[in-house]
Amino acid sequence: MHEILSPAEWEALRLSLEVALCSALFSLPWALLIAWVLSRGRFPGRSVLDAFVHLPLVLPPVAVGYVLLLLFGNRGPLGGWLHAHFGVQLAFTTAGAALATAVMSFPLMVRSIRISLESIDRGFEEAAQTLGAGPLDRFCTITLPLMLPGVIAGAVTAFAAGLGEFGAVITFAANVPGETRTIPLALYTAIQSPTGDAQALRLAILSFALGLLGLMLAEVLARGVRRKLGR
Amino acid sequence: MLKVAVLKRLGSFTLRAQFEAPTPGVVALFGRSGSGKTTTVNILAGLLAPDAGRVELNGSVLEDTATGMRIAAERRCIGYVFQEPRLFPHLSVLGNLQYGQKRAAPAAQPIELERVVALLGLKPLLRRRPHQLSGGERQRASLGRALLSQPRLLLLDEPLASLDVARREEVLPYLELLRDSLSIPMVYVSHQLDEVLRLATYVVLLEGGRVAGQGTVNEISLLPPLRSLVGPDAVGAVVDGQVTRFDGTQRMAELQVGRGKLHVSVREVTAGTRVRVHLLARDIILGLQEPKGLSVRNALQGTIVELLDDDHETVLVKVDIGAATIVLARITRSAAVELALRPGMSIWVLVKAVSTRGHAFRLSGASGDS
Repeated sequence: MHEILSPAEWEALRLSLEVALCSALFSLPWALLIAWVLSRGRFPGRSVLDAFVHLPLVLPPVAVGYVLLLLFGNRGPLGGWLHAHFGVQLAFTTAGAALATAVMSFPLMVRSIRISLESIDRGFEEAAQTLGAGPLDRFCTITLPLMLPGVIAGAVTAFAAGLGEFGAVITFAANVPGETRTIPLALYTAIQSPTGDAQALRLAILSFALGLLGLMLAEVLARGVRRKLGR
Repeated sequence: MLKVAVLKRLGSFTLRAQFEAPTPGVVALFGRSGSGKTTTVNILAGLLAPDAGRVELNGSVLEDTATGMRIAAERRCIGYVFQEPRLFPHLSVLGNLQYGQKRAAPAAQPIELERVVALLGLKPLLRRRPHQLSGGERQRASLGRALLSQPRLLLLDEPLASLDVARREEVLPYLELLRDSLSIPMVYVSHQLDEVLRLATYVVLLEGGRVAGQGTVNEISLLPPLRSLVGPDAVGAVVDGQVTRFDGTQRMAELQVGRGKLHVSVREVTAGTRVRVHLLARDIILGLQEPKGLSVRNALQGTIVELLDDDHETVLVKVDIGAATIVLARITRSAAVELALRPGMSIWVLVKAVSTRGHAFRLSGASGDS
């Protein structure tokens, strides 16, 4: 089994999974909050927030990575503060790679959650209200279970997309073996090397398989939940 | 007493609803679609805030814009059965029933789950999901869910409108049962006259966002605005009578109506039961003398109260038949002139027995037969 991939490739796979998982888990509560605010909130500047959240979809990933570097780099305003108070360094670390991935896949997650939130008939929440459920109670017992298919689909899609994030990661977290060299970065490195053709092919196939698996998993999970809801 | 006086603007529509209805009992909000019925119940439930006004139930204020007092919908203890059942799709029927029960304020005499399940025939449905139920079953489950939240008031917004005729007949008896066996005041929204006649104890007639009339079913059935709502053929007094005798072989009941007796063909009833009959104005004949040698069996003596314009050929005559009961007769203008009918005149009211068939509904189990 171990002969299929070299130790460096196993390392890249492990890192990719770790970075994607951390980024998806970290984004989830924020994505829920933003999706809620965007779909239910009525406040000035809502369309600005909407555009801002979706910006990573249209910006060059390198630009996003660069902005993160400016903000969270060791001399950046936020990075410096985190380092001084918590001793946390994000630039050039696995955590930094996860942050860059989270920012890039955030719009995907928000979109999916928001669509499922907007498809919920508000009548169910009204019914819950007349049955004595307050706002938080309604959200936890009615809204969240009903939007679960979209939440799961969003989280898994963001995870699958996170496995392949390249531009923002390499710009913000650099290409450090064992620390930030995920599959796409390892693939890039292999292509750059004159003897890396076979390795590049293996990593490309691996990316392909992971992506496919992730998308299928998202669909299967969402379908399972939908069936439980009887839709 | 349910006291409502609210103002609400929604786009170009303005609701100005003001009524006071006795509790317990079934208050019917009756009117066309778009007359403001649903807006009114949403305000009662607290789902919609009025622009101005006051809502009071049995002496406690639910909403008063003058003092800024407002109880949130989730703390009003008002059950709401919506037009579509709105059962939570991710919960079983039992889970739905328990949702409101768990959150209910402690009641002195709580309505128990077992009682509701038995009352509404929900036992075989408890483990099922809402999408596995028929339309009628869903609406029954939704009724049960609202009841178990231990409501002080139950709002029913056209609960039968999404059902076909057969399903409607399946759910209606349950509503009658609830009215007769629980003392929860209800507000019943409908645009179907037959539902209102069967269920209501008090009627509020809404037209274009305003209250066009209110009163007991008998009072409301005499109001001119009803004509445009139900059509000229359905105009007629609705009166409640008490069964004095029931002939099982002919399925004929003798009813005490006003000071007289009425013979009505009905299904099984027992003496003492109150029965509601719709006496269509077109099926009533007026006579100056006591009728003899006619095939019509129902003759009541009364006094003319007033003559109302109906259309250019006919007039409606209001006749007091005693015991605060008034009936309506439609006769031609020429007949009214010929008989020289005028208020205060003594008159005989002839009702064709057949005309009451199909309009006789059991009102309440005074003799405990429900």
